Amino acid sequence: MEKFKKIESNAIPLPMVNVDTDMIIPKQFLKTIKRTGLGKNLFYELRYDEKDAPIDSFVLNQDKYKDSQILITGKNFGCGSSREHAPWSILDYGIKCIIASSFADIFYNNCFKNGILPIKLDESEVTKLQKAAENSLSFTIDLENQKISYFDKNINHEVSFELDKAKKTSLLEGLDDIGLTLAKVNHISDFENKQKSTTPWLYSQQIK
Amino acid sequence: MSTPKTLYDKIWNDHLVSENEDGTSIIYIDRHLVHEVTSPQAFEGLKIANRSVRKPNFTLATADHNIPTTNRDEGISDPESKLQVDTLEENCKEHGITFLSMSDKRQGIVHIIGPEQGFTQPGMTIVCGDSHTSTHGAFGALAWGIGTSEVEHVLATQTLVQTKAKNMQINIQGELPLGVTAKDIVLKIIQTIGTAGGTGYVIEYTGDAIKSLTMEGRMTVCNMSIEAGARAGLISPDEKTIEYLKGRPFSPAENEYQSASDYWLSLASDEGAAYDKTVNIDASDIIPQVTWGTSPEDVVSIDGLVPNPEDESDETKKKSMIRALEYMGLVPNTPLKEVKVDKVFIGSCTNGRIEDLRAASKIAKDRKVADHVNAIIVPGSGLVKQQAEEEGLDKIFIESGFEWREPGCSMCLAMNADKLKPQERCASTSNRNFEGRQGRGGRTHLMSPAMAAAAAINGKLSDCREI
Repeated sequence: MEKFKKIESNAIPLPMVNVDTDMIIPKQFLKTIKRTGLGKNLFYELRYDEKDAPIDSFVLNQDKYKDSQILITGKNFGCGSSREHAPWSILDYGIKCIIASSFADIFYNNCFKNGILPIKLDESEVTKLQKAAENSLSFTIDLENQKISYFDKNINHEVSFELDKAKKTSLLEGLDDIGLTLAKVNHISDFENKQKSTTPWLYSQQIK
Repeated sequence: MSTPKTLYDKIWNDHLVSENEDGTSIIYIDRHLVHEVTSPQAFEGLKIANRSVRKPNFTLATADHNIPTTNRDEGISDPESKLQVDTLEENCKEHGITFLSMSDKRQGIVHIIGPEQGFTQPGMTIVCGDSHTSTHGAFGALAWGIGTSEVEHVLATQTLVQTKAKNMQINIQGELPLGVTAKDIVLKIIQTIGTAGGTGYVIEYTGDAIKSLTMEGRMTVCNMSIEAGARAGLISPDEKTIEYLKGRPFSPAENEYQSASDYWLSLASDEGAAYDKTVNIDASDIIPQVTWGTSPEDVVSIDGLVPNPEDESDETKKKSMIRALEYMGLVPNTPLKEVKVDKVFIGSCTNGRIEDLRAASKIAKDRKVADHVNAIIVPGSGLVKQQAEEEGLDKIFIESGFEWREPGCSMCLAMNADKLKPQERCASTSNRNFEGRQGRGGRTHLMSPAMAAAAAINGKLSDCREI
């Protein structure tokens, strides 16, 4: 996984609540066996009409947000299915940071596995940032110092955010989770040996 | 005496491999269910890193999401779907994982076949790259949905790195009125706590109304925990659980069954165990529920009205209500019972089990599906289908005008050919009424199997108790 670096970009305002994974990437795009190439279909039904033509009013179709790496949205973002195609499509589009007042658990977790930073802030703070995003201001996301900053009318605004230490390290260092766990394979073998004696039926009735 | 523990605390403790310095824990995973949509990239990841599957025998795979429910003999006509299913089969062969193919009569929706095969057992940790893995919590197994990166992690290590969730108790006291089912309970719960109400929690369902449910009803409740935001839902194992699992293919053998049962019963939450949050709901207040909007929390009783956004004081909520009503093509204050439907879908991991089909057949028997309605029944597995046919349910449905299909996820997520056309309205026993979930522009009303069958007969949303 790539290391998470400081982001400087304007941000896409998407003031909707309960944006679900079907909205982020509809089912017809889940038939892929690859992780890449999903960005063009991100928010497909909000972004294109029934004839596949871009819907001008949708924020992703507005030129000024074309290269944005930040999405600012509403509460419970990413609710619904466990499909990792949701963060894959977001990352493939070029978004590396999502700001919302809350996220659904599975989606939140999936973001970190793909080098995306989901930031939780108070709803009032999210609303302020959304306003700033509508004015197309440039934001800096500094994960190292856990700070979002932006200039508005020559005033520098700074917003701090909280993040679990393990998740922060994983993003900053682009860690290979599986490699880290496999380094503790002795613990896993010890556990299996113990479990074989305490709940032996888990081992005697295996799938054949 | 030690501190009283919840069922969740006990399963967590019994699966703790090690605690990492950063506060996370490595948790052992006893069983892993795999399907075609969320696994190809995980197997590809293993290949790139030259890693193997640690416990192929703890893993069970099947294709369910994008297989056809008609003309199975012709195979899968959609090339992308076919490639995905073939890829799963090849990956399973390469790694020695049991794969139940489309032609195997045990094939079905992962969350139906796990319990059916006795693969699901109390006290286990079970994961699957599918959010409705919470279903297995009905057995007192800690079961939750994961993304593809974690599927790869489990394949390679048989563990996951986790942070412990909080405990929530949802206590359903009292007795359910006649004609009210597990689906109505869980819709009521989601309406009460909201779709983010369970975020960060594992929910344990308790109370007389939960205890009185069959294992199948308990699965329906746990299945939709994720719609309340909780990754896992749990019900303490009891005699019904033990009875259900007896003699199933992967259940503990006879000589081990007693010790397994003793262990299972010991997992039930201790008296006085502390929960971070408790919600009480009175079962006798619940009447058949339906959804009106595009979020599973948009729930009303069948005798109610389509809500009016003007009555909502919260501006954000009001805006999303207006959007939902527009999408659903509904006018505020319309009685639910006047809402006409075009399609009916009975099936899914929420309501595709034999008892669901029996409940629907009772309504369908000696009645006809309304002329303008297209209604399909999709059994949750090949064995559910077989059982239903042995009981003659297929004949009841066919005579009544329902289509009798092959097992799979089908119109719950519409990855195969079973989908709604724009503006079509569906009475559905599935779990999500999101925009576009059952097909672009499709309008979904969630409800119980008896309610969906009643909607098929009357051609509009109906109270199954009045039929």
